Amino acid sequence: MKLKSLIAASLAAAMALGAGAVSADLTFPSLSYRTGPYAPNGIPFADGYADYFTLLNERDGGIGGEKINFIECETGYNTEKGVECYESTKGQGALVYQPLSTGITYQLIPKATADDIPVHSMGYGRTSAANGKVFSHIFNYPGTYWDAASIIVKHILDQEGGDVNGKTIALVYHNSAYGKEPIRTLEELAKKHGFNLTLLAVDHPGQEQKSQWLQIRRERPDYVLMWGWGVMNQVAVQEAANTRFPMDHFIGVWWSASENDVLPAGDGANGYKAINFHGVGKGFPLYDDLQKHVVDAGKAAGDGSNLGTVLYNRGMYAAMLASEAARTAQEIHGVSNITSAQMRDGMEALKIDQARMAEIGLPNFGPDINVSCDSHGGPGQAAIMQWDAGAKTWSLITDYTGADREVVDALIMEDSAAYAAENSITPRTCG
Amino acid sequence: MSPMILNTIEVMLNGLMTGVMYSLVALGFVLIFKASGIFNYAQGVMALFAALTLVGFQSGQIPFSHLINVVFGTDYHNWGPGMNAFLAILLTMAVMVLLAWLVERLVLRHLVNQEPIILFMATIGLAFFMEGLGDMMWGANIKVLDIGLPSGGSFWWEDVTRVWATEGSDYYGMYIDVLDLWAAGIAIVLVVALTLFSQYTKTGRALRAVADDHQAALTVGISLRTIWIVVWSIAGFVALVAGIMWGSKSGIQFSLSLIALKALPVLILGGFTSIPGAIVGGLIIGVGEKLFEFTIGPLIGGATENWFAYVLALVFLMFRPQGLYGDKIIERV
Repeated sequence: MKLKSLIAASLAAAMALGAGAVSADLTFPSLSYRTGPYAPNGIPFADGYADYFTLLNERDGGIGGEKINFIECETGYNTEKGVECYESTKGQGALVYQPLSTGITYQLIPKATADDIPVHSMGYGRTSAANGKVFSHIFNYPGTYWDAASIIVKHILDQEGGDVNGKTIALVYHNSAYGKEPIRTLEELAKKHGFNLTLLAVDHPGQEQKSQWLQIRRERPDYVLMWGWGVMNQVAVQEAANTRFPMDHFIGVWWSASENDVLPAGDGANGYKAINFHGVGKGFPLYDDLQKHVVDAGKAAGDGSNLGTVLYNRGMYAAMLASEAARTAQEIHGVSNITSAQMRDGMEALKIDQARMAEIGLPNFGPDINVSCDSHGGPGQAAIMQWDAGAKTWSLITDYTGADREVVDALIMEDSAAYAAENSITPRTCG
Repeated sequence: MSPMILNTIEVMLNGLMTGVMYSLVALGFVLIFKASGIFNYAQGVMALFAALTLVGFQSGQIPFSHLINVVFGTDYHNWGPGMNAFLAILLTMAVMVLLAWLVERLVLRHLVNQEPIILFMATIGLAFFMEGLGDMMWGANIKVLDIGLPSGGSFWWEDVTRVWATEGSDYYGMYIDVLDLWAAGIAIVLVVALTLFSQYTKTGRALRAVADDHQAALTVGISLRTIWIVVWSIAGFVALVAGIMWGSKSGIQFSLSLIALKALPVLILGGFTSIPGAIVGGLIIGVGEKLFEFTIGPLIGGATENWFAYVLALVFLMFRPQGLYGDKIIERV
């Protein structure tokens, strides 16, 4: 009996100490996927996300004097596991979730809102969550799929001297909710600009796309857009190269735009374009700090070889946006040890201009961020980048430009109003 | 000829080529099922594992380097510049033979006389184990496979077929991927070699004897265990060929194991016990799904190939439950 009591007391003490240690930190969970078919994309993102927080801990002692408690949970890109990760980590003082999957995001929208924890689905998830009046806890800045579709069409307009009337644009898309996201926007833009839209669905996982590319070869669209994921991207780029489709007329969304997607096609991928909402490469001062305080110190999440790759940069950028939002929350509420509700306020008031980006060590790495109660989609800006197969590098070939707000905002209002009606949500009033 | 007819021929031709790729995966299933009655769920993962190992050898990567570096605090990744494709293929085959021996020694030997469902479950476990092992050995990043096989549309075939079109029709010429032609050639060689092996070698005849009747084969002194190792080794070789062909298109990555899903309708259609069935089944599925996508797909939103292959297989199943070439199952009560 005595022994049992001793064990129970020790456990209670340990738990209390543990809880104390956790609650004193700023907790950032990472729902990562380092295993399974999508691991090649999940690993660099997770490494970038982890390394930035490690840098803040090592170099600055955390954020606003509070150490960062970083917890990683493996989802395998599986929605059920992602929800389990959320449930098992939310009690540890989680400030914000980056679900890294549209499926997980959809599941977390009602849960996280009820738990008063913000979700940042950066460039994925439910596009109409950009309407902050309806989706109080969901943020998708700096851009959405609908922004991406619109900005790509703007780029095509630029290429074609402002006139795409009568041209044909084909969309090769993953036959899932994610892949179908841009269709409505593209249909509206087709009406507005007079181009013909051809839709080509590819079933999961997309290992076999001969039919789609034979159709493209027969119908010869002027441009092909791609909303793909995983192996679908590599096969599509390879098939485009095989069928000798002009690669500079083939444009992917930001999830079809990593080094992984183009390297297997070798020289055939040269000239392939994609949209992106952040900088490429590691030519930024922040990388010197990452190298010194994280990689060289042996504290990197990976082996350091991912630094500067598109998805590493995206993970690192996501962590930077999260930490800046935490800083904003600390300023708003005058406390360093913020809660998830205060973090939400910080995200909603997040403003990052180029001067601040330069201070962070990422000059011109992304567009200015400007989140508000109305708009959780931030600036809705992105740039076009292009692959150089010889140098094996991406280069941004345009400035960050905005979407066609007239078209995109109307669609966001329509879809979010439908969601509000379905879920009996009364939209908030923003001041 | 009108471009419409030429396009239809092009679709059928490419369907045949795709069918060959499906057959390459299905062959591995058939070999193991024929010899041991096991539906090897791990066949897709074997293709992945073989391809990962091949690229690992080719690029000179140290197996388990990530684990070694974490445990010992070292920073080793490569043991050298790598090796040429032929040597890498030979070494990969050696690894697949070793794997076959281990499967027999550690898994199958302990499950002799168990129900087929138990053996099937064991292969599910094997699939998960091998996927994890492949990840630990070679890492999860996408690897570029280049063993010197040409790929891309054939210019020669385009030029030949362009003139077949009605004058003034602005026809591009027919498309065919050179890599698919190589795959077809390799599949033919593979089937001929397997047939010759099973007809004219002692081991091959023993293999056929085991396939016909395990008990009878045992009574004449054929070692079931040796046969299993041989069969799993051959299935490993077929998996390597399938991994090379599919991996050349998409790079070597973990979703490569999902190609097994494309083999299932082929097996249902061709029969689980017939090598010609795997080939003919693959060709029918390939042509069928491509023609359906070409003719009906646009009317119903496309992306029909995945489900149509299974529908086609199910239709065959209604008329020939044992598949086109499968052994007829007669059970007397």
